[in-house]
Amino acid sequence: MPNMSAIVHPQQRHFNPYAENGGTILAIAGADFTVIAGDTRQSEGYSIQTRYAPKVFRLTDRAVLAVNGFAADGNMFVKKVKQRLEWYKHAHAKDMPLRAIARLIQTMLYAQRFFPYYVYNILGGIEEDGSGAVYSFDPVGSYEREACRAAGAAQSLVQPFLDNQIYFKNQTAAPGRSHPSHLPLPDVLSIVVDSFTSATERHIEVGDGLEIYIVLAKGRSLQGVEGLHGLRELSTQEDGERVFVLQRDLKKD
Amino acid sequence: MSAGFDFSNHSRNTFLSEKGLKVPKATSTGTTIVGCLFKDGIVLGADTRATEGPIVADKNCEKIHFISDSIRCCGAGTAADTEFITALISSNIELHALSTGRKPRVVTAMTMLKQRLFQYQGHIGAALVLGGVDPSGAHLFTIHPHGSTDKLPYVTMGSGSLAAMAVFESSWKPDLSREDALKLVTAAVSAGIFNDLGSGSNVDACVITATETEMLRGYVKPNERTQKERTYGFRRGTTAWTAEKIRNLVVSEEITPIGGEEMDTS
Repeated sequence: MPNMSAIVHPQQRHFNPYAENGGTILAIAGADFTVIAGDTRQSEGYSIQTRYAPKVFRLTDRAVLAVNGFAADGNMFVKKVKQRLEWYKHAHAKDMPLRAIARLIQTMLYAQRFFPYYVYNILGGIEEDGSGAVYSFDPVGSYEREACRAAGAAQSLVQPFLDNQIYFKNQTAAPGRSHPSHLPLPDVLSIVVDSFTSATERHIEVGDGLEIYIVLAKGRSLQGVEGLHGLRELSTQEDGERVFVLQRDLKKD
Repeated sequence: MSAGFDFSNHSRNTFLSEKGLKVPKATSTGTTIVGCLFKDGIVLGADTRATEGPIVADKNCEKIHFISDSIRCCGAGTAADTEFITALISSNIELHALSTGRKPRVVTAMTMLKQRLFQYQGHIGAALVLGGVDPSGAHLFTIHPHGSTDKLPYVTMGSGSLAAMAVFESSWKPDLSREDALKLVTAAVSAGIFNDLGSGSNVDACVITATETEMLRGYVKPNERTQKERTYGFRRGTTAWTAEKIRNLVVSEEITPIGGEEMDTS
């Protein structure tokens, strides 16, 4: 019998470069507007790293990007997308159209196919035809245009609610009537706020604050945004698409 | 049926998990529980959130359990284990008090709990804060799932224990008044509620003195649910149906007498 304890077995050390930082994002497209929102809590395990870490970013006057997953990758990815959009502007003397940004994001994500950005992206804004649009991505670049999408920690809580309230899933219309394909802005904003207050109640990683970005199509009236408490405008001009941001408190426990 | 745990499914479950079946995970209450000594006795405190992974299972659960009239026990860890072990020891303490004819002591409850937990080598996942007043004075203990115990003037346990202990370490001093002790316990549990994701909702407290025990359920409620912006009622007829069948639930019965003479009932 050989002395087994003398045999040295190979050992593997492992470094995990990724973390999961919680939080949730969501976007809903209207006929001539888009709403993109995210909570502001950043956590790791049972600890809160910060109560205010934005996950939603204005890219142009007609495009807003929400990122969720590994916060460091998210911030780096947004930084690189913004850089590419700046280069585009210098080369073409105009902002990149929304559908082109979507395709750019796909290429940028897939470029990292074997060491991915551990991030779920939701791009919202106004298309060149003036319609509201939401594009959602997986971490390696598969994407799709949709009317609404939730992602992140509470996706499994929020998406079914959105399917029911936005797509009217499992709801039969009254006889002789049909469901609307797009909801008006005040209804969408209420649904967004209720989604986040509910997710905060039942998911430990969601809470602290809420940032809601509203993008309005060119020439659309301010109907639905005027008079909103604490509204801030972020757009660079008044005669194009316009971007607004709304901040709300969420429970901090 | 014999008393105690039933292990008859053990070999079956080992076989199943070897085949790749996921073993169901018990609900673990990521918790903040605390206790502190003051001039006239003990104040215990607990949050009220129960979690299943990242999901909040119960927003207002009770974590301060009854042991005897003047002994209470806060539980963290596996919810079922804390509930059953405190109930069992409470029952045994009552029998013990009846047979000895004396008021039950905190050390007795502590010894019974630690012996039971040690016997099960940590498989009973209960992390406890035990406190109370008996003829020998006020006592406060922590009991870990493997059976080790500590006797200290201020203690914390659960995932929020570090946040809560930070408060105790900064402000606790001997011979606090009842008001100050209650304030300190509330601040300690609140630190857990707001800084630890495993803890949340309300503060429960319990003040135990030689003369009375006061259970303060929902002592502070800093996280009340706000009004929703919309109402989510559904029009009658919203749910689709594939088939309709209406059945008469009233069973009618007809009795037909068959021949023969009627029974003589006189």
